[in-house]
Amino acid sequence: MATKSALGGSVRRREDPALIQGLGNYVDDITPHGTAYVAFVRSPYAHAKINSIDTSAAQTADGVVAVYTNDDVAHLGNLIAQVVVVRGRPLLANGEVNHAGEAVAMVIAETTTQARDAAELVEVDYDPLPAVIDLKEAAADAALVHDDLETNVVVTWEAGPWGDEEGIAATKQTIADAKARDDTVSVTIEAVNQRLIPVPIEPRSVVAEWNAGYQRFRVHSSTQVAHALMGAIKTTFNLDANQVHVTAPEVGGGFGVKLNIYNDEILVCFAAQRLGRPVKWTETRREAPSSSIQGRGWTATATLTGTKDGEILGYELDAIADMGAYEQNFTAAIPFLGLFVGSGQYTFPTHWKATCVFTNTMTTDAYRGAGRPEAAYYLERVIDAYCREIGADPFEVRKKAFIPQFYEGATSPIGFTIDTGDYGTNLDKLAEVADYEGLKAERDRAREEGRYLGIGVSAYCEVCGFAPTALSELGFSWSTYGLPAGFYGTGLVRVNPDASVTVVTGTGPSGQGHQTTWAQIVSDRLGIPVGKIRVIHGDTEESPMGAGTFGSRSLAVDGGATFTAAERVADKARKIAAHLLEASADDIELDEAGGHVTGSPDSAVAWDDIAAAAYLPHRLGESSLEGGLESHVIFDPPNATWPFGAHLAMVEVDPDTGDVKILKYFTVDDCGNVVNPMIVAGQVHGGVVQGIGQAMFEEAIYDADGNLLTGSLLDYPIPTASDVPFFSLNNTVTPTFCNSLGAKGIGEAGTIGSAQTIVNAVVDALEPLGVKHIDMPLRPRRVWAAIQEARG
Amino acid sequence: MEVSMTVNGRNVSADVEPRTLLVHFIRENLRLTGTHVGCETGYCGACTVHVDGKAVKSCTMLAVQADGTEIKTIEGMANNGELHPVQEGFWERHGLQCGFCTPGMIMSASALLDSNNDPTEDEIRHGIEGNLCRCTGYHNIVRAIEYAGAKMRGVEPPPPDWEGGE
Repeated sequence: MATKSALGGSVRRREDPALIQGLGNYVDDITPHGTAYVAFVRSPYAHAKINSIDTSAAQTADGVVAVYTNDDVAHLGNLIAQVVVVRGRPLLANGEVNHAGEAVAMVIAETTTQARDAAELVEVDYDPLPAVIDLKEAAADAALVHDDLETNVVVTWEAGPWGDEEGIAATKQTIADAKARDDTVSVTIEAVNQRLIPVPIEPRSVVAEWNAGYQRFRVHSSTQVAHALMGAIKTTFNLDANQVHVTAPEVGGGFGVKLNIYNDEILVCFAAQRLGRPVKWTETRREAPSSSIQGRGWTATATLTGTKDGEILGYELDAIADMGAYEQNFTAAIPFLGLFVGSGQYTFPTHWKATCVFTNTMTTDAYRGAGRPEAAYYLERVIDAYCREIGADPFEVRKKAFIPQFYEGATSPIGFTIDTGDYGTNLDKLAEVADYEGLKAERDRAREEGRYLGIGVSAYCEVCGFAPTALSELGFSWSTYGLPAGFYGTGLVRVNPDASVTVVTGTGPSGQGHQTTWAQIVSDRLGIPVGKIRVIHGDTEESPMGAGTFGSRSLAVDGGATFTAAERVADKARKIAAHLLEASADDIELDEAGGHVTGSPDSAVAWDDIAAAAYLPHRLGESSLEGGLESHVIFDPPNATWPFGAHLAMVEVDPDTGDVKILKYFTVDDCGNVVNPMIVAGQVHGGVVQGIGQAMFEEAIYDADGNLLTGSLLDYPIPTASDVPFFSLNNTVTPTFCNSLGAKGIGEAGTIGSAQTIVNAVVDALEPLGVKHIDMPLRPRRVWAAIQEARG
Repeated sequence: MEVSMTVNGRNVSADVEPRTLLVHFIRENLRLTGTHVGCETGYCGACTVHVDGKAVKSCTMLAVQADGTEIKTIEGMANNGELHPVQEGFWERHGLQCGFCTPGMIMSASALLDSNNDPTEDEIRHGIEGNLCRCTGYHNIVRAIEYAGAKMRGVEPPPPDWEGGE
């Protein structure tokens, strides 16, 4: 099955020498001469009318350059968003605040401390209004977030399959019929998939300069989507694309937070233009939960119906998803991504529904996995509950319900076409590498000793590699940012006159190692060593278009484009070598040294000569070859890619304290062909630990008045090194046909597979006590309480 | 207020506001931007430097408190182009992804290994639990520190996990 590729080496990363010596250049490290600094005045209320804003004291404070409110920026309109906009965010609060921490005024001063000091002097007179925080209350319109709208409901996504009302009705009937049978059981869990604060360790930062002579913006932002930001700026300020140069330099973690366009990015540009000097804003950790998007935030009822001997006949999900107070980039589309994989990798009829509602909280949007972890969580939790109910083995039940292996597309019950899958082989490998039988024996022995060990398993199927421009009708493009272009991949490969290579990609990594992986792809095609290849990314002037790095799409899409561009450059290099050697291009092989005639290593021409001939076109003589040695490829794949896998955890619960310890963790992921196993392993490690963070520690909690109670890293603990074990990573390889690399994507798989694996393991550990469900996060107090309740 | 200290072997002095944090002094006055600000509240550890040989979160200390001390930042770790074993370990064992926590993580790890160059897995994990990383899941950071410890003891580090060591 493997498509052609000699890739697969764990090449050390090209970006590391700078990063390990403190020589990386993150946005906050970039300070143009004359920079002024921004601090925002933020609302202390979740919902309030603004009577007045008095900026006079701030205007005259030390070092203050300007203070802006909505009056100054209203002409720029709301922040532009990409998908299903019912209500976008004002750049600065427009007479009303709708979540705590909403930006009300912007203070600019000579130093950051002066700006922060002066922000304290801005006096805002508020009239508090009732806030709606609870999702069920929001869905019932107990109070309205936006009182000029009739409802808090933004949109409802429903499938069974999607886009087919008759199909939905038929699916509901099929499941109702199954429930009515005597030989079936239905198992229901009501569970919260709690709100999360993504916490990249680098806070966001943006610095903008405006050149009034050239009428150009120069912007550095800590973003995953430089081109979308360029588009948002050009549209807001009515400029052309070539008047806005956005660069995302080193980006210190993204995880979806930086897959967004923010009001601060636009406001910093506004101030730079208005003031005629560079302006910079760097987020504080304290304000990050209300200046950057949050993720998840669902509550749902999941019901599985099947026979008493383990044949699943239907699955129903009824979810409410929290949008926060305003829609940003993809907000309402995130549950839609869950819908894509609502039926997972299974064949059973599925009725899946998510109601998206406004609340008086910070906006939600993509957080690693974005809709897919939520979908996988409910499905894999309720399958486990069903297995427990009928006393069946969780491996066997899942295997029976899998779509049988396929290599040329299969339609899911939800109605989407999955590219390739071999789920049974994958799950068998998990049982083997984890020694499932041995673990069960170990757990049962421990139980006899009065210890609470549990085994949790989850399979998962996700969808990533978002690209196909046919999907632009569903919002998968940057069209609202003034870029009529889909999420296709771009790759430019240029052999320079000295035979070094420059590669330009439309994506922009935030730790994924593109500089290394892309160099490997190009080296594989040209033979030129990785060390001679430089990869430029996240730069809107270098690449005319780029979707960005998100949705585990970079390698499958832009990597695929780069592979093809490298092949075309190789073809031309062979022609040039053939001309210089007076041979046939079909007979030329390329390697590290240059080109030679197959079987005749002495009939060779060095890369230096090939490159020089390309740039000294007279040497190409009558070959009809044009000068230059580069290719720019736009690649529009036929489908998204659908990685899959299965995870297993063994945990021990201390019944006296409720403390959960992860003893062992195994993954068998299948992301198709792998370019750099070391980098893929790193992605899985990090992804799994973010899922563990959700399962065990993290929860963004708002009180009933809309105050965020978990605004610091003390109240919002992300996993530390002491909280997690070493991981045993394994894989199967089912390549995709959607790109030349056969690669699917691995950035989010770990997160999509892990949270429910941990919860299933803890529920298994507590099975002797009769515990059937505990909501995340499984902090000791909550686990202890569940144990107490079960014991009566 | 006037402060003087030695930073990466260089004597520096400056007139600073009393409230200036050491991390801001390092980044803004000295333009050593390898030391990062991740939270300004002492939780994340991205700003970790060595003060008189001890790992200190430089956002929890005022510049004036560092008066007269000897500071080492990430920029002072390599010696004439030769990487410190911990830096080498992070490179060799993929101990970093986005790299933002990395300077602080390296400073904590090197202080740990200075006091014990043969730590157990538990000792490593506890030794760096004040430094948060959101990318790596810590697996390869622990491996990187094991690598560095082996180098500092003069023994051959174990092979990387991706060569079948897992």
